[in-house]
Amino acid sequence: MSWARKILRVNLTTGDCSSEPLNMEWAAQYLGQRGLGTKYLVEETDPTVDPFSPDNKLIIATGPLTGTIASTAGRWSVITKSPLTGAIACSNSGGFFGAELKTAGWDMIIFEGKSPKPVYLFIKDDNCELLPADDLWGTSVWHTEPAIKEKHGDDKIKVASIGEAGENGVLFAAVVNDLDRAAGRSGVGAVMGSKNLKAIAARGTKGVQVNDPRAFMQSTMAAKKVLAEHTVTGEGLPTYGTQVLMNIINESGALPTENARDGQFEGAEKISGEAMHETTADGHKNLVSNNACFACTIGCARVSKINPKHVSVKDRPEYQKESGGLEYEAAWAMGASTKVDDLDALTFANFLCNEHGMDPISFGSTVAAAMELYDVGAITEEQVGYPLTFGSADALMKIAEQTGKGEGFGVEIGMGSKRLCEKYGHPEFSMTVKGQEFPAYDPRGVQGMGLAYATSNRGGCHLRGYTVSSEVLGLPVKTDPHVTEGKAELAKAFQDLTAMIDSSGLCIFTSFALGLDDYQPQIQAACEGDFSGEKLLEIGERIWNIERKYNLAAGLTGKDDTLPKRLLKDAIKSGPTKGMVNRLDEMLPEYYKLRGWSEDGEPTAATLGRLNLV
Amino acid sequence: MAKALHFIIDKCTGCHQCELACSGMREGVFATERSRIRIFELKEMSKNVPYACLQCEEAWCMHACPVDAIFEVAETGVKVLLEDRCVGCKVCTIACPYGTVNYYPDAGKVLKCDLCHGDDMGPACIASCPTGAIELAEREVVGASGAPAPG
Repeated sequence: MSWARKILRVNLTTGDCSSEPLNMEWAAQYLGQRGLGTKYLVEETDPTVDPFSPDNKLIIATGPLTGTIASTAGRWSVITKSPLTGAIACSNSGGFFGAELKTAGWDMIIFEGKSPKPVYLFIKDDNCELLPADDLWGTSVWHTEPAIKEKHGDDKIKVASIGEAGENGVLFAAVVNDLDRAAGRSGVGAVMGSKNLKAIAARGTKGVQVNDPRAFMQSTMAAKKVLAEHTVTGEGLPTYGTQVLMNIINESGALPTENARDGQFEGAEKISGEAMHETTADGHKNLVSNNACFACTIGCARVSKINPKHVSVKDRPEYQKESGGLEYEAAWAMGASTKVDDLDALTFANFLCNEHGMDPISFGSTVAAAMELYDVGAITEEQVGYPLTFGSADALMKIAEQTGKGEGFGVEIGMGSKRLCEKYGHPEFSMTVKGQEFPAYDPRGVQGMGLAYATSNRGGCHLRGYTVSSEVLGLPVKTDPHVTEGKAELAKAFQDLTAMIDSSGLCIFTSFALGLDDYQPQIQAACEGDFSGEKLLEIGERIWNIERKYNLAAGLTGKDDTLPKRLLKDAIKSGPTKGMVNRLDEMLPEYYKLRGWSEDGEPTAATLGRLNLV
Repeated sequence: MAKALHFIIDKCTGCHQCELACSGMREGVFATERSRIRIFELKEMSKNVPYACLQCEEAWCMHACPVDAIFEVAETGVKVLLEDRCVGCKVCTIACPYGTVNYYPDAGKVLKCDLCHGDDMGPACIASCPTGAIELAEREVVGASGAPAPG
């Protein structure tokens, strides 16, 4: 129990939906969600496939704990080959959609082929059908979601959909659920769009049962107590959301600013979590309240409102309503990275990312790269249509709308910073790893994050091994962010534990407070089989290695485990990290060794054998 | 003294853990659809409103039931549904002025909060709420904040 033990296979080419049993042998080895979805992708597709080909598959996966009362058990993932990176893509989201899918009795949906016409999948418990989406195609997430609920006359339907960005092949298009939660990264929304799949709508009444209900209630209640009493998960995140980090990271000199030309932003305070709490002179407050995803004790999500007098919305009442507010990484990408310090403008751009289905990290970082191209004259006002200067809130808001709708210079932004910077002759301006924009932590000021970015299997990403937790926040133990010693071991430990959590149905944010000893009893009580702590870490390591194996087969090599030259050669110019670069070469060989990989970064036969990956 | 659930709406974050605790403890399955307490999502106002049976002194559901499937526990004033006796006629769902009795079609019976009657641990929803948005209060003062007390 805890797994529904059922997969829904949807052939979009033929329109057939069929049910099949979940491979329980694989479930024991890969748990669910990220791990199990990847295992299915590996078994069923060619890693060299064109991501936009009908032969690429799109997998929607829940974890064994998804839909249960374990705190944060609403997580679900999208697994496919990324059009942005050419590597494995696995994007994780919260909200309520994943739990609804699981409650309807499905562990996973595998989409294959390509629909001849726009369609959406409708699931009501056992009943699944593809329905025409011609009237939804060309519309936003914010139109699609309520339209589907209204069509079926059921407000309790949960929807995951793409906006125009996904339809238009924006390489960082997201799959958005519950209006403002997103499987945001690596362009999974563009793959969905390439299959003519507009949305997935689910309504479930069956529920989720666990193996040992009494032990499960005890272990989940114990974990909730730890979360509630912890300073980060019980206080910092509910009060400020992830935006609690803006001032902390800026003060530490690790806030990439002006497309990573520097490591501190003078306007950081104005776009911080604290600023979202402040009432302006004309009586407006950005933050309305916090919000929780399914079964979440933390409640870090922001509900925000733009000042109705702000230039972005004063003539557009539809944007004056409350909606999902800024996360730290979004505020950094669209704010510090572009030097825009206008909180209302950032909130507006954030609304547009949700509405049209875009990843605000890659979007913001690509805009910052475009601003640098503009700054050096590689692109001109004539090409863009307006001045694309660092610090221009007007430019940010315009380009957000254009990128979302596929208009004007927004089409260029939609290719991501790597392709944009190559096209305009300055590949060195692209702040990407493996083609994906890295987020809000400057590896020159947080050494371990350099290794985490360089080795992340989905390209530049903070969520694959969040060493910031140790290096800046001191959790679970404090390490010095400016030294490289011990960071290989730290990155590996975070990566393996994270891969396991990402496969369980729980949110990675729990790991600020919970350790393996807190996760293990919850998983053991929920799932049939033996899940010791040791076994769970091995599952994490296995997942990391199967992703690595996929990437190598897709054509990536150890040479791709690197960072933009700027981070390795150009020192930070001011602040507490002045003079620092990232010293990746001091960490990478040790990391390969700890992983049981060759000097070229390939898992050895012994490692693959040990992890049952031969 | 007669008690009932009291909801502090501004504290509710909409996580639905109360529904999961209720269905998990009472039905052996985590399914919000099978909970006796429900979260009403007022999207336009960004509010989540928990609601459940208010254990009315003059309980119309009890009077309306044609098979006497709802009875009052004298010492606590709690109205308890005898599931074996319920025939699923839904009259109680119409009689309740607050809409807190729900019909569950798969079982052919209704679901009604009885404050986890007979369970020494007390209402499971209260223990599960991470923000303290659900309390047990004197029946005379309960009701969603600002609403008139039932009676």
